[in-house]
Amino acid sequence: MKNETIRRIMLALAAPFAAVVFATIASSIFLLIAGSNPFTAYGDMFEYGSRLEIQVDILNRATPLYISGVAAAIGFRMNLFNIGVEGQYRLAAIVAAYVGASVSLPGVLHVGLILLVAMLVGGAYSGVAGVLKVTRGVNEVISTIMLNAIAISGLIAWLVREWQAGGSVDATATNVGIGTEPIDESGLIPNINSWLEIFTRDIGKGKELTGVFLVAIAVGILYHILINRTRFGFDLRATGINPFSARVGGVSDKKMVLGAMVLSGVVAGLVGMAEIAKLGRFNPNFVGGLGFAGIAVALLGRNHPGGIAIGALLFAFLDTASGVLQVTGSASREIVFIMQGIILLAAVIAYEVVQRFRIREEARLASALLEGEAQ
Amino acid sequence: MILDQIRRLPTWARWASFATLGILVLTLVQELGQNETSHLTAMTTSQTALKWSIPILLAGLGGLFAERAGIINIGLEGMMILGTWFGAWGAFNFGPYSGILIGIIGGAIGGLIHAIATVGFGVDHIISGVAINILGPFAARFLSSEIFTGYQGGSVTQSPRVESVDKFTMPFLAGGYDTPNFLKWLGDKDIPILSDTGNIFRGVMTQTSWATIIALLLVPLSAWILWRTRFGLRVRISGEDPWAGESQGVNVYRYKFIAVMISGGLAGFGGAFITIEMSSIYQEGGTTGRGFIGLAALIFGNWRPGGILAAALLFGFPYALQFGDFDGFASHALLLVNAIALFGVTVWAIRKSKHADAAIAFVLGALSAIWYFVADTVPDWWVKILPYVIVIVVLIFFAQRLRMPAANGQIYRRGQT
Repeated sequence: MKNETIRRIMLALAAPFAAVVFATIASSIFLLIAGSNPFTAYGDMFEYGSRLEIQVDILNRATPLYISGVAAAIGFRMNLFNIGVEGQYRLAAIVAAYVGASVSLPGVLHVGLILLVAMLVGGAYSGVAGVLKVTRGVNEVISTIMLNAIAISGLIAWLVREWQAGGSVDATATNVGIGTEPIDESGLIPNINSWLEIFTRDIGKGKELTGVFLVAIAVGILYHILINRTRFGFDLRATGINPFSARVGGVSDKKMVLGAMVLSGVVAGLVGMAEIAKLGRFNPNFVGGLGFAGIAVALLGRNHPGGIAIGALLFAFLDTASGVLQVTGSASREIVFIMQGIILLAAVIAYEVVQRFRIREEARLASALLEGEAQ
Repeated sequence: MILDQIRRLPTWARWASFATLGILVLTLVQELGQNETSHLTAMTTSQTALKWSIPILLAGLGGLFAERAGIINIGLEGMMILGTWFGAWGAFNFGPYSGILIGIIGGAIGGLIHAIATVGFGVDHIISGVAINILGPFAARFLSSEIFTGYQGGSVTQSPRVESVDKFTMPFLAGGYDTPNFLKWLGDKDIPILSDTGNIFRGVMTQTSWATIIALLLVPLSAWILWRTRFGLRVRISGEDPWAGESQGVNVYRYKFIAVMISGGLAGFGGAFITIEMSSIYQEGGTTGRGFIGLAALIFGNWRPGGILAAALLFGFPYALQFGDFDGFASHALLLVNAIALFGVTVWAIRKSKHADAAIAFVLGALSAIWYFVADTVPDWWVKILPYVIVIVVLIFFAQRLRMPAANGQIYRRGQT
């Protein structure tokens, strides 16, 4: 029995491991073609990534990636593709920043209000796609892509001018100094350097580990409980595996679609919170692309809370540690984009192959057992 | 009712009637409004609208080939991005025509990856597509950092300037090759509907790029290939019922592979078109989601070439209207066009006894009309998001009336049911 468990874990790890190895080999070939030494490049990245300050940066980057990954995974679990995390988190961030700046409350309440507003806005915006799907049959992939464009080049472009600190500015103004009113100190989630420093030496260079890290951990735990320990999670997984038998089992697929979509958006609303806590406001240079990166991380982690965490840390390491390549000049830093792309694609394929291998294995085992009984 | 009679006409006459109806509405709006809105049917507008429609059309046709073979291709955007990069690289080194060809190859490589993942390994189509959409911009970024940074005027995010392909102006109708310019004469006459029609046609026939003409010819060509050739029949059986196809000896995997590569190539053409014909440089993020709009055009066009063309023109129009509409009056007048269209949908829905549709269309139409009457101009962000809003509104009413290939999106494994 124990052997069986080890075997299962090995099989589960085989796919991502193979993907990373394949991606490393493929990237090395690209580096060699480009005239760089891959070993020096990787060595530089690992050396740089082993410093404490850089590790703080990696965690800061992994935090929003993880939340974004969970947001995407909630939909994926029932074959619902919320491609709209990108628009949802940015819209949630600007509204939360505006509301947060226009009230003054004591610490915990202020932070709580900002998080609540962000979750509500994210959930409401993804809910639009959910409503369109259940009432009008509009495919959620198309509608969330359109809603992304509407949020980013429409609503946010409008709101950022409307809510400009010190009165609105015209469209031609430069980006310097543009942004919403700053949020009071009480509304900013503090850093948790002191927590980390219990285990390590003092963090230097003014680096701060974002307090949203704890929010991300909470999101991960809640996601695990929701999926594995609640009726809703069971229905969600059942619908994902076989929507027809789930319906026969009394699961209302419309309710599930709407619920999963809204919940995905609620989590998506939290993605921008680390940036808000750092900047204290929303500005037009607000970090973008986390929604799409989150989809990649969710696919990499097979929608599993722990897997998504590993995926987020891996991508965050590549994003952050590649910064050193510009300094040492051992390779172009863009190589990590290629690596991320190949890892993702290779992982997706490897999962499929392992999955098929596993099904064949089970079929063989079952037929072997049956033959044993027959004799 | 007129619409029912139109439906009974032959295809060419049906499309001509719809076009006439559209021009009629655009003229009507100009007569109704107090502001100067001749920009709506100006020659430059139709010229720009056609140009802006082409990448959407090509992405849509790309989606058509893949989805007719049963493979959902959400990776069109990523393949288009590869097309923009390879198009720029090819055009810079070997001239614009080779640039388009190399852009097509770049997109086809993306298609090949999608085919390997979905057909070869049976990965979920959406997941593979999303992965390609993430891989595409990453690859372009890396390639730029390796190659464009070494060029004069290039950087990590953009290429040097590239040339565009030659232009063509229709003789006799639009005055090409020093012939009389009939449509200009008609347009200058200021006869209500006729002059507007003249201007619109003059726009699409003047200084039209050969790349545009080739792209437009791909519409009937795609229809012919898919519905009139043996190859097309086999592609379509792969998308409708691959098991039946396999039982008839069709190598379904092969046709799916080829179709998805054609799909990527067409998206790559669209990308190369953006670089070579529209922006004259490769720019990171230059596709601005037009691969996705192409996907919407495919759905709106009901998985048919003619429908995709109509959708591409419809989505391209608001883009074009932004240019040269400095006072914003023409974009504002579009609100009235929207309102008229939505009231049209209301009437249609009432006749079909779809009361919910009628109510929604009426409310949306009324909102559009109210906005038209209370405001003098519309904000610039509204114009930017209009194509996306149109996609959603169209899908609200027609999503359930559309029919996609029966086995579209299903993972097909040979010998398994």
